[in-house]
Amino acid sequence: MHAVRTDRMSAEVTRTPSASALWLRIISMTSAAMLMASCSEGVLDPHGPVGKAERVILYDSTAIMLAVVIPVIVLTLVFAWWFRAGNKRARYQPDWEYSGRIEMIIWSIPALVILFLGGIAWTGSHDLDPPAPLEDSTAPLEIEVISLDWRWLFIYPQEGIASLNRLVVPAGVPLRFRLTSATVMNSFFVPQLGSQIYTMPNMVTRLNLEADQPGTYEGLSAQFSGDGFSDMRFDLVSTEAEAFKGWVNTTKTQGGVLDARTFEELSKPAKADGAQTYARVSEGLFDKISAGHMAAVSPQRGQ
Amino acid sequence: MGRLTWAAIPFDQPVVMIASGTVGFVIFCVLALVTVKGWWPYLWREWITSVDHKRIGVMYIILALLMLVRGFSDAMMMRSQLALAAGHAQGYLPPEHYDQIFSAHGTIMIFFVAMPFVIGLMNFVLPLQLGVRDVAFPVLNSVGFWLSAAGVLLVNVSLVVGEFARTGWLAYPPLSEVAYSPGVGVDYYLWSLQISGLGTLISGINLTTTILKLRAPGMGYREMPIFCWTALASNLLIVAAFPILTATFAMLLLDRYCGFHFFTNDLGGNPMMYVNLIWCWGHPEVYILILPAFGVFSEVVATFSGKPLFGRRSMVMATMGICVLSFLVWLHHFFTRGAGADVNAFFGIMTMLISVPTGVKIFNWLFTLYGGRIRFTVPIYWALGFIVTFVIGGMTGVLMAIPPADFVLHNSLFLIAHFHNVVIGGVVFGVMAGISYWFPKAFGFTLNERLGKAVFWCWFFGFYLAFMPLYVLGLMGATRRMQHYSNTHWQPLMLVALAGAVLILLGIVLTGVQLAVSIRQRERNRDVTGDPWNGRTLEWSTPSPPPEWNFSHLPQVGRADAFWAMKQQRGTAQDRNVKRTYQTIHVPRNNPTGFFLAFFAVLLGFSLIWRIWWGAGLGLLGAIVVCLMQAWRTDGEIEVPAEKVAAFERLHGLKERAV
Amino acid sequence: MSAAEQALESGDAVPLSLRGPAPTRVVAGYGFWLFLLSDIIIFAAFFAAYAVLSGETAGGPTAADLFDKRHVLIETACLLASSVTCGFGSLAVQSGDRNSTYFWMAITFILGVTFLSLEVSEFSHMLELGAGPSRSAFLSAFFTLVGTHGLHVTMGLCWLIVMLLQAATLGFQPMVSRRFFCFGLFWHALDIVWIGVFTIVYLGAHL
Repeated sequence: MHAVRTDRMSAEVTRTPSASALWLRIISMTSAAMLMASCSEGVLDPHGPVGKAERVILYDSTAIMLAVVIPVIVLTLVFAWWFRAGNKRARYQPDWEYSGRIEMIIWSIPALVILFLGGIAWTGSHDLDPPAPLEDSTAPLEIEVISLDWRWLFIYPQEGIASLNRLVVPAGVPLRFRLTSATVMNSFFVPQLGSQIYTMPNMVTRLNLEADQPGTYEGLSAQFSGDGFSDMRFDLVSTEAEAFKGWVNTTKTQGGVLDARTFEELSKPAKADGAQTYARVSEGLFDKISAGHMAAVSPQRGQ
Repeated sequence: MGRLTWAAIPFDQPVVMIASGTVGFVIFCVLALVTVKGWWPYLWREWITSVDHKRIGVMYIILALLMLVRGFSDAMMMRSQLALAAGHAQGYLPPEHYDQIFSAHGTIMIFFVAMPFVIGLMNFVLPLQLGVRDVAFPVLNSVGFWLSAAGVLLVNVSLVVGEFARTGWLAYPPLSEVAYSPGVGVDYYLWSLQISGLGTLISGINLTTTILKLRAPGMGYREMPIFCWTALASNLLIVAAFPILTATFAMLLLDRYCGFHFFTNDLGGNPMMYVNLIWCWGHPEVYILILPAFGVFSEVVATFSGKPLFGRRSMVMATMGICVLSFLVWLHHFFTRGAGADVNAFFGIMTMLISVPTGVKIFNWLFTLYGGRIRFTVPIYWALGFIVTFVIGGMTGVLMAIPPADFVLHNSLFLIAHFHNVVIGGVVFGVMAGISYWFPKAFGFTLNERLGKAVFWCWFFGFYLAFMPLYVLGLMGATRRMQHYSNTHWQPLMLVALAGAVLILLGIVLTGVQLAVSIRQRERNRDVTGDPWNGRTLEWSTPSPPPEWNFSHLPQVGRADAFWAMKQQRGTAQDRNVKRTYQTIHVPRNNPTGFFLAFFAVLLGFSLIWRIWWGAGLGLLGAIVVCLMQAWRTDGEIEVPAEKVAAFERLHGLKERAV
Repeated sequence: MSAAEQALESGDAVPLSLRGPAPTRVVAGYGFWLFLLSDIIIFAAFFAAYAVLSGETAGGPTAADLFDKRHVLIETACLLASSVTCGFGSLAVQSGDRNSTYFWMAITFILGVTFLSLEVSEFSHMLELGAGPSRSAFLSAFFTLVGTHGLHVTMGLCWLIVMLLQAATLGFQPMVSRRFFCFGLFWHALDIVWIGVFTIVYLGAHL
């Protein structure tokens, strides 16, 4: 029974080399196409120093690892094909099960790669720690972020205004975020600017980002928070410094007040429904929310 | 009736009603067929009350296959929804449903597909490879299985009566607290997992004790097969990690039922503590799943290369290293929580350290292939597919272990692609390899090879088609658990992913076809020697299928790959001085405890979910009565007389092994 | 030559790991040890939760306000004494002495019940004060940790009754002795956990 099987199998196997070469070509072309598609938006097309540093890490680490992964995949296919039962030229070594030299190499290769990547992890974690201020001499703009069900509220404490579902910022200015949640966990994320950070109730997390140039970038929540999660998006609009000042001034003249009462309204579960601004914000509203003193009115969500 | 009313059944939702109606109809047909054909006595005696590890192992795998269909239909719904819901389109699944579907998909796939698959394989194989007659606690083995089945039942009942959790498969608070999930969904989730978690823990204790205390004479740790080593590591992890899950879910249940404040937003609760605790369990859990798969591949690669496993000792060290390290990495699941650079870097580096022993294993498999004479059977296809696929998944995992990289990839479709990459490429491929490898041992005939290879190619290409686009989408900024998305650029990739899912579906269908065809062709593919693959370990020294008592004489083991050594000694002087005397063998008697305990567990769980307190009391009381009846059972064993053993050996014409 | 055969030839005792399947008594004890370890990990998770939440009193009563050291001392004495009497009971089981078994296990039972009633009275006193588990996260953690221990003690006492009934109806056959042994392990393990509870919860409150 074994003899019959190997004959049939070697017939099958000799068919595979050209087939696998063709597959390899198809796969590499498709991957190249997909990779190029992904380079034009999202994480691989950053518009800020944080995102750019992170992209460098992504590329470098992937390159280092591919240097091991690709040979491993190739070796697997080569060994499997060369040592197939039907290949009389391959040397069968039925008792060969140990080699000290090979052992040393196969422990060293992953260890070296990890040593390298571990270094990147250590330095990267410290350089790109979200609460760490950016190395930029420009005075930072402070923004307070509150995630609601299912919208984003942005308070500008220095300017005394607030905006719902739309974050307008000046380009080239470091943004210093303090974040919290009025309800459940969310994650504040603008893929083209870089790092995300969780927003959690009764806690304050901190993040620093910067937008290099003017533009509109998509923002979202990256931590599932309920039925309205998919609509919980916002636009981060970065403008020239002058335009930003203009926007702040206009906002101060229109729109209502964000105080405890309007906040209570906002904190009722509702799907995102367009942007809105507030001309005035009560003092210390963010601090009260993040300390849990203004627990969002959390009526039991309907089914 | 507590909170249970007729309104719990979603009569107004046609999709659910049709799906559950169909399933109910199929179940009814099966039950009717069994009744009409008079198979109940056979099923009751040979399967439901069986405490034989071989039967229980097979039942675990059947359970897993059934739930694979359920979990995969959830996947098809998710893929098709996302293929449709681009731009302004909303697809056909509103968020209230979609959220339940992805939560059910994850829960079912991890707890009710992957775990039973892996536990089933270990259950079937371990005593045979260890050269003993059964596991340490056969009755508990049955209890463990039936409790898992109870969990399965509860999860599926949630489809029809009430709803499932809408929180994702790990149910983070505060979303899973009563304030934000007031329905019964999270309760279904929690109780079914508590019940089946108890079953899993029982299994972990059972198998650990078996490996450490029940081995054939002469089989020390150096002689133990590598699958047994990986099973040991996996079961040690179960014993150490599952209690954390039990405790954490207990705390969430106390919050939900009794108004405690472990994880609530108010009065001092700490949701982040849940995240830490649940991942302290969650990370070892994925190693619980992958280590036995690694063991399967070690056996398969060695057997079909016709060589011993290369670097056996370092394989064992790598396995135990992974076992220990898996407890030191949990924070990498939430780098974005803002724990600070030092903490993040520590956990990132620890995570990368695990890839060292994993990489060593891959190289050891490669060098097992080197110098071999490789037979391209279905298990080897799965093994080769695994090596190629798993290293990619491992690479993306190490990538995300770098905290700043994770900051832009966390919770994106890139993450989804990574873990499906390692779970499908590792666990699923490993289980499929194990099933096709050990099927002839379990049933006495081999599976159809051609269909088996077709199944492999469907899964292999289906996986790549389904998940490579997700890597790209994650890089483009797509997050997980979206019910719809506004960026129409993403739709073509979603369509490719859907095509991949359809290909995998074809693979699953072909698995069923393969089973049917193989059963029909069984006489042609009968395994008469007990050793269809020219195997190296002791399970191949028994007939296929083995008798209830596995070994008429416990084998005397001298070295690793014990059966290979025995085969080489055949016809030598040592082998000729063989005695053919048999003795009475004691085997455990059938026991309905497991089945009845599970029955009362379902009653208890369902009643607790719906706050039917009298039902819960009844369930608890019933369980206690069943336990007490078992406590007084003194006739736990049957004797198989020596003549019967001798007759069996004569019938199967096997040469006696060296005593 | 196999390792076992080598050992026999050289005159060494065959190592345990090579002697073949262990006897039932060893297997049962080992499995039960593993179960106890898993139980201790459940407690570990509750201890961790308590450590994290011990300061979260949400403006309500604190540990220092609520815990009475003398009360806890008596509880501890009862439980530790019950371990000693359980030990004597285990010796009686081993020697097959039915009357001694009943005597010592009965005392163990009484001490256990005393412990439980003291604990229940402490809990109900706290509930009267409005310091129930839903008052704050600290109290949730306290009631869960100490309550889980109490639940284990309760289950142990029920198990003890069952065991005494088994001894009465089935005699001291191997199955029954094995179970008594496991019960002893369980009871002593609860003692160890209580020492942790006593130290971290009650003494920790007064630091």
